[in-house]
Amino acid sequence: MNKTFNQKAWFFVIPVFVLVAFNAAVPLMTVVNYSFQETFGSNVFAWEGTRWFKEILHSERFHASLGRQVIFTFIILLIQLPLGIGIALTMPKKGWGVPVCLILMSMPLLIPWNVVGAMWNIFALPDIGFLGNSLNTLGFDYNFTQQSGDAWFTTILMDVWHWTSLVVLLSYAGLNSIQPAYYQAAEIDGASRWDIFRYIELPKMKKVLTLAILLRFMDSFMIYTEPFVLTGGGPGNATNFLSLDLVKMALGQFDLGPAAAMSLIYFLIVLLICWVFYSIMMRDEARS
Amino acid sequence: MSLELKNIEKKVGIETHIHSTSLKLEKNTINVLLGSTLAGKTTLMQIMAGLDKPTSGEIWFNDENVTGKEVQKRNCSMVYQQFINYPNFTVFENIASPLKITGVKTDEIKKRVGKVAELLKLSAMLQKKPDELSGGQQQRTALARALVKDSDLILLDEPLANLDFKLREELREELPKLFEDRDCIVVYATTEPLDALMIGGNTATLLEGNVIQYGKTLDVYNKPNNLTSAKVFSDPPMNIAEIIKTGDTFKLADNNVQWKSNVQIKDGKYKIGIRPHNITTYKEGSNSVEINGKVLISELSGSESLIHFTNGNLNWVSLSNGIQQKNIGEDTKLHMNVNEFLYFDQNNRLVNHG
Repeated sequence: MNKTFNQKAWFFVIPVFVLVAFNAAVPLMTVVNYSFQETFGSNVFAWEGTRWFKEILHSERFHASLGRQVIFTFIILLIQLPLGIGIALTMPKKGWGVPVCLILMSMPLLIPWNVVGAMWNIFALPDIGFLGNSLNTLGFDYNFTQQSGDAWFTTILMDVWHWTSLVVLLSYAGLNSIQPAYYQAAEIDGASRWDIFRYIELPKMKKVLTLAILLRFMDSFMIYTEPFVLTGGGPGNATNFLSLDLVKMALGQFDLGPAAAMSLIYFLIVLLICWVFYSIMMRDEARS
Repeated sequence: MSLELKNIEKKVGIETHIHSTSLKLEKNTINVLLGSTLAGKTTLMQIMAGLDKPTSGEIWFNDENVTGKEVQKRNCSMVYQQFINYPNFTVFENIASPLKITGVKTDEIKKRVGKVAELLKLSAMLQKKPDELSGGQQQRTALARALVKDSDLILLDEPLANLDFKLREELREELPKLFEDRDCIVVYATTEPLDALMIGGNTATLLEGNVIQYGKTLDVYNKPNNLTSAKVFSDPPMNIAEIIKTGDTFKLADNNVQWKSNVQIKDGKYKIGIRPHNITTYKEGSNSVEINGKVLISELSGSESLIHFTNGNLNWVSLSNGIQQKNIGEDTKLHMNVNEFLYFDQNNRLVNHG
C-alpha cells in the first residue's frame, strides 16, 4: 500500500495555532520577557539574566508563601476528600431526595468567588457576623481579622464550604455508575459495609477521585479571590498565599521583573505536580 | 435438600412483579427459568437468594422456613449477566474471597481455588486482575467464585447473555458438567429456549410474573400445558392458526388448506401451534400437508434457512435445513409436518399433540 503525503492537512491546524498563540503563548512570552529584564517603565529595559529567578528562589518571602500554600492545599484536600466521599455515600440513590440533594450540593459552586469571600467576611465578623458573634458568645476568643489561627480556620472553613460539593458530585457520579449486582454479590459473599467500601466502591471510584484530587489541587493551589476578599492575606502575612503574594509584588510594589520570575516558577510548580500526577494516573491506566 | 416457594407474591407499589407462585425445586437438579425480559426471572431469583423479600408467601429450605433470613446467613451463590468480580483483586483473590470471609484456612483455600480454577480453565491466569481478562474469562472467574464454596443454592442470572457467540456456546456446553456431581440446587435464568434445551434438567416457563408451567425440560417443550407456555418455549416464534375439525378432516379456518388425521379430539374449533422447523421447503414426516405462501423475508444462516411468508391473513415462519434460496415476494409451496402439530382448545389448553 502506498502512503500518499499531503502536507496541506497542516492548514487545518493553523486556526488552533493562532488561537493558542493569542490566548497562551503571547502573554506567557511577555512574562518570560519581563522575567529576564529590569524595567523602569516607559518601555525601557535592561538585561538582568537569571538574577530575578535566583533572588526569588532564595527569598524568604517566597519560601514563606509557598509553605503556606502547600499547607493550605494539603489541609483542604485532607478535609474535602473524605468529607466529600462520606457525603456522597449518604446521599439517596433514588426518589425525590436525589434532585433536592444535587441542587443543594451545586449551590455553593454556583456562587461567584468574590461573593463567597464577601459572604464569609460578613458571616465571620466577630462583632456583627453570625459565626463570629456566636463563637464569641459561646466563650471562644475569635477574631479572624487579628488572630492568625482564626484567619486560617475561617479560610479553610470557607474553602470546605465552597468546594466540598465538587468532590461530592464527582464521587456521587462514580458511585452511581456501580451496578447494583456488585453490592448483591458482595452481600452474598457476606462482605461487611467496610469491605464493600474498600473493595468495591473505592476501586470503582478511583478514576473520578483522581480527577477530584487533580481539580482540587490545582484550584486550591491557585486560590486568590476568596482569601483576597476575606482576609486580604492578613493578619500580617498569615494567609498570604502564593497568588496573593504575587499580585502584591506585581501590582502593589510594581516589581515587574521579580514578579514575572515568580509567576514562572509558580507556573512550573503547578505544571510539574500536575504532570507527575497525570503520569502516575496514566501508568495505572496502562497497567490495567 | 429442597427449595420450596409457597404462594410467593411480590408487589412494588401498585405493580405486581410476581403473581402468586408455588414451586418446588429438588436436590441435585438444574432448573431453568425461561422467559423474556421483565418476566420476573431475576425477581424470583432474588427472592430465592434472600436478597429480596416476598410481599407475601413463604420460602422453605429443607424443612426450615427461611422467608426472612438474610442472604449472608444462607449458603448460596449467584452469577450475574454482568461480569461481577472485585476489580482490584487478582483472579485467585477473587475466587478465594467467599472462603476468606467465612474463615477457611489458607492451605485449604489454596487447594480449593486450585481445583475450581482448573475446572474452569483459569489456572494460567490466577495472578491476573479481572480487567486484564477477556469477557469469557471474567465470567469464568465469577462462576469459579460461585462454585468454590459449597453452596446449597447456585443462582445463575443469564450468565451467558453478555458473551459473544463462540464463548457462549463453549461455556453453555460446560455448564451442566460443572454441576454434575454437586450437592446443590442450580437455578438458571435465561431468555433463550435453546439454552433451556441444551442445559436440560427442569424448566419453568415464565410470563409477566407468572410461572406458566414447570416440569422436565423436554416434557415442557414437547407437551406445553397451554399456548402461553408453548409460545415462551419457542424460538423462532411458534406459528398459531385457527382450525376447524369435522370428522377426520382438519381445515385452516381462513383458507382451504386441509388435511386428514386420526387425532382423537371432538369436532369443533381449535388452535394449532406449529414450531417453525415443522414447516419446511421439503416434505418431512409420514403425513404432511402443503401450504402456499408469499415470501416476506428469507434469512440464511448457512446450515438453516428461515423463511417468513404470508398465507391468508397470517404471517408464518418456517425453518428448513440447508440453504433454501427464496426471493422476496415469490410465491412458494411449503410442507407442514402434521405429526408435530400441537392442538389447543378455545381456552388455550393443550388437548392433543402429534
